Amino acid sequence: MMIGAGITRREDDRLLTGHGRYLDDLDIPDALAAAFLRSPHAHARINGMDLSAARSAPGVVAVYSGADLMEIQKPLAPKVLHPDLVDFPRLPMPPSEVHYVGEPVAIVIAENRYLAEDALELIDVDYEILPAIASTAAALAPDAPMAHSGATSNVAVRLVQRSGNAEKALDEAPHRLSEEFFVMRGGGHSMEPRAVAARFEPSLGQVTIWDTTQSPHYARQQLSVIYGMAEDDIRVVAPPDVGGGFGPKAQFYGEEVVVPWVAMKLGRTVKWVEDRQENFVSAMMERSQTHRIEVGFDSSGKLLALRDFVEHDQGAYCAGLQVPSITTATVPGPYRVPDIQIELVACYTNMVPTSSVRGAGRPQAVFAMERMMDRIAEYLDLDPAEVRARNLIQADEFPYRVGIMFRDGSPLTYDSGNFPALLSGALERIDYSAAREFQAQARASGRYVGIGLAVYVEGCGLGPYEGAKIRLTNRGKLLVTLAAAAQGQGYETVYAQIAADATGVDMEHISVVTGDTSRIPFGQGTFASRITATCGPAVHDAGLRMRERLLDTASRILGSDAVTLSGDRVSMDGDPEKSVSLSDIARIANIGKHGITLPEGIKPGIETMSYFAPSRAAYASGAHAALVEVDPLTGGVQVLKYVIGHDCGNVINPLLVDGQVLGGFAHGIGNALYEDTAYDAQGQPQTASYLDYPLVSAVEVPPVSLFHLHTPSPLNPLGVKGAGEGGTIPAPAAIAGAIEDALRPLRARITHAPTTPARVFAAIPRES
Amino acid sequence: MKPAPFVYHAPRSLEEALSLLADLGDDAKILAGGQSLMPILNFRLTRFDHLIDINRIGDWYGAPRLDSSTVTIPTLVRQRTAERDPALASAVPIFQQALRQVAHPQIRNRGTICGSLAHADPAAELPSVVSVLDSTFTVASSRGKRTVDVADFFQFHLTTALEPDEMLTEVTVRKPPPGTVMAFHEFATRKGDFALAAVAASVTFTDGKVSACRLAAAGVAPTPQRLTAAENLVTGSSLTSSACSAAGETASGEVDPTSDIHATADHRRKLVDALVQRALGDAARQGEDL
Amino acid sequence: MSVRIAVTVNSKSYHETVDDRYTLADFLRERLRLTGTHLGCEHGVCGACTVIVDGASVRSCLMLAAQADGASVETVESLAAGGDLNPVQRAFKENHALQCGFCTSGFLMSVTAALREGPVRSADEAREVLSGNICRCTGYRGMVQAVLDVSS
Repeated sequence: MMIGAGITRREDDRLLTGHGRYLDDLDIPDALAAAFLRSPHAHARINGMDLSAARSAPGVVAVYSGADLMEIQKPLAPKVLHPDLVDFPRLPMPPSEVHYVGEPVAIVIAENRYLAEDALELIDVDYEILPAIASTAAALAPDAPMAHSGATSNVAVRLVQRSGNAEKALDEAPHRLSEEFFVMRGGGHSMEPRAVAARFEPSLGQVTIWDTTQSPHYARQQLSVIYGMAEDDIRVVAPPDVGGGFGPKAQFYGEEVVVPWVAMKLGRTVKWVEDRQENFVSAMMERSQTHRIEVGFDSSGKLLALRDFVEHDQGAYCAGLQVPSITTATVPGPYRVPDIQIELVACYTNMVPTSSVRGAGRPQAVFAMERMMDRIAEYLDLDPAEVRARNLIQADEFPYRVGIMFRDGSPLTYDSGNFPALLSGALERIDYSAAREFQAQARASGRYVGIGLAVYVEGCGLGPYEGAKIRLTNRGKLLVTLAAAAQGQGYETVYAQIAADATGVDMEHISVVTGDTSRIPFGQGTFASRITATCGPAVHDAGLRMRERLLDTASRILGSDAVTLSGDRVSMDGDPEKSVSLSDIARIANIGKHGITLPEGIKPGIETMSYFAPSRAAYASGAHAALVEVDPLTGGVQVLKYVIGHDCGNVINPLLVDGQVLGGFAHGIGNALYEDTAYDAQGQPQTASYLDYPLVSAVEVPPVSLFHLHTPSPLNPLGVKGAGEGGTIPAPAAIAGAIEDALRPLRARITHAPTTPARVFAAIPRES
Repeated sequence: MKPAPFVYHAPRSLEEALSLLADLGDDAKILAGGQSLMPILNFRLTRFDHLIDINRIGDWYGAPRLDSSTVTIPTLVRQRTAERDPALASAVPIFQQALRQVAHPQIRNRGTICGSLAHADPAAELPSVVSVLDSTFTVASSRGKRTVDVADFFQFHLTTALEPDEMLTEVTVRKPPPGTVMAFHEFATRKGDFALAAVAASVTFTDGKVSACRLAAAGVAPTPQRLTAAENLVTGSSLTSSACSAAGETASGEVDPTSDIHATADHRRKLVDALVQRALGDAARQGEDL
Repeated sequence: MSVRIAVTVNSKSYHETVDDRYTLADFLRERLRLTGTHLGCEHGVCGACTVIVDGASVRSCLMLAAQADGASVETVESLAAGGDLNPVQRAFKENHALQCGFCTSGFLMSVTAALREGPVRSADEAREVLSGNICRCTGYRGMVQAVLDVSS
């Protein structure tokens, strides 16, 4: 069995020797360099643009403003819509009004990037600065200026999720508590920024686009609509190596429209490689939400009602309502809550548009809910672990209907899990009672030590579908083709493991290719921890069919039904003398002999294809526990111990799953303690370099004790769920809970993520 | 993020470098380690028509020199060289203590001590380090040489006493008297980041009592700031923990930091309090071992 | 303006003419097509571009190609001499110390330079050695273990 084996990755050798094939490493001959001029203003009208100096600068081939490319100025559609959404068109390179600092307004094509950047400085834009909105609070303030000229409100949409009657239940509850929580902006920060290259082949009428996208088929579909070209004439290739995705690369951007179009216009190959300065102001971000949450509960700490009012920062445009929709569905989490009301108001602001970043709307929901579980415990003087345990959905209650809807359009239903075992496992590994004792001793000696817990659920494995194709190549190898594109997840390894088990062919004879729209017609993309649960079953099914085809063909050749497949040979009665290799099979069934009739019974063309469409999202889950020490003088936080319990169902490659969880956790530590994309009130970014926006290094990420439960999902034949985001989601909540617990003698209230030293310091009440 | 065009000069001697500086003046910038200059050039936050790369003016400028009473750090001493120089570490230990907190080895391998001093970033470690030492800056131009006392060198945020045609050729530090201990403590958001605040301390003990104390804070003013009230408070004391905490409180009262996205003025004052306590506590422990 | 330089890269000598402002990183990647050295931030923080110049690990985005005149440069492409992964590379693979791999070259060069200075004895020391580079994928555990494995 290869499924379940923690084998090392096939990708590694090339990456370790410097022979990775990232977009900017590819040999794309004669590519010109593109650079974008970006708005320095958060909100401004473009009254004119003088490109003449730039056009005559050394090495410059062409310069276009948005107004020069009106034929492609069509809206980039939001991914997840709602009938009530007030949408403002996000144009690839807006010709007349800009809505955030960093929005592209012109493109320079030059012989190299140095010269292109020189020319950018020669472009003179006449901006008329308009008032800007830089927070949801500012957006919703009475008499607020409009983030978009001509709008009558900054509200993009208001949505309500309801189960029962939360208002009534709150009124009748013996106890109720409320609080306001703030989660700040943070980015994906893949180490490789975005990049797009394009070349038009006039003889074929086809444009080839190399794109660091997580979703090549989605990009092709958007381009097909905007360009008015058939999808077959647009080939989008996500290079074999993409340096991290984490959500922002799953979105579709103006640059992806402009660069290939300009390449076609010029009849030249054009490459744009985003630099970090651009990435900070133009790659989509996430997280900024305000939650005003109220819970009703009885004296045993049992939840009776939950009401949450969520302000979501949509940024300058709506790239889709996926993130706030996920948030509203994630607030109740692993707990039984009889009456729920979650209201959402999504606002436009003059900042980079928001969309999914690893965690995607879930960390905010978990933060609000878990902080309230801590507050209930404090209020009732109960142990916070006990309050959680009393409210958890039990292992025998699945499938569990929460009563509200998920973002995939289905009633929110948890497929499987064992939340109590996750919580008790986490408590056991953090040695909970010893940790409480340690805390008491530390307090007695004037130190501030605290314990934080967070239990969460994660909707993953979303539809609509994902596909896989397996072909017996003419050289007698199996080639697995996925539409999905990898950004470090190890698809070449994982899907070879699944295909090996399904086909019975040794892994060494199986290779995997990904992310090229010309190789497989349909696909969706890598996001929402969905690929294992959608592509996995597709590969498995295609593999089973391939096995059937191989055995069938071999038995026709060998003239016996008693055939077995081993390695890359099919033999009769286990006799190696009477066997055929995959090469033999390919020669007969695929290559054939020109003009000669196939032997009887042989079906030509050995290729299988399968698409898997899940009936609804699967639910991964987990529990985190943190032991921290806080220095109230500096605001510094040290994580002394951290435990992660994780349940993503069956596991294909445990080595890689651990890597996903621990990598996600590092991002979670960033969100918990460090990463905060700040803007000033005029919408000017204040953290546009890694000097001001700290990413965690090996020193900041504490060692983790990680354990797994494997509760299979009934929603797919492999029983798998997603693993990419679980490490991230609850970390800010667990750490904030631990900090508040540590500082309880000082009555500090932790209401913000990240809890930076500045916020810890500010949270401690001081005598004036 | 490619730098704007410039003309690159690689003089082979100090004289050649100074003559270039004299000719080019404001249009030129000296490139030493480049670890502060290159990022801002890449961001195009600044530009110079000429870069004068001094890395080839001679190996002689790359090694610290010690004699019986002074330590001299010429212009091309890499931070990493200084950090790993045992003679320097024993003569003036605060260099090593502070340098280990400056960015990361990959940066210190190129970055120079004099480069950091001439850059004069108020949040950087080294300006506060030399502020607690008897240090003298040797400044050269084609007009000649002059020396500038540390008290006069740092003038404002990223601004020093250097004239456009001048270059910092070395900093000379008088070896501290016997009985002197040193400590450097900082608080940064992340390892290797610029400090939200830092405190350098040099304390001389005579017969178990503090006979001299110098404290300087980084990150709280446009230049490194000596904490003279706190210094005076502990001078003459035996640096008990109550003396340390009183000094911390006094120090926090004598700084007037500004607020930014990373820390408020109040927070920085509190950091100075905590870091002065830590630095003096550290000094007191070292004093016990004398 | 341009500068003539003579530089040894991975034991091979090159005589090239480069633009004054051309960075060492771009020289390695574009001129020599040694694309294993990556650019992640171009302001010296992420460490993806780390190479070894005259024995010291440095950021190639903060050095000019002109400054490498006369220097000996080692890049990630030099590590697997003879085509086999070296012990550091092997340890990275065995410990799943890389995912997207974009930052990996920089880590390998930083670790290589650090190990030449002496063994790394504890996990804390290993974290210190790794702290000048940023990885967004792995959470560092595999890398810490890899450094300890190689060092023991």
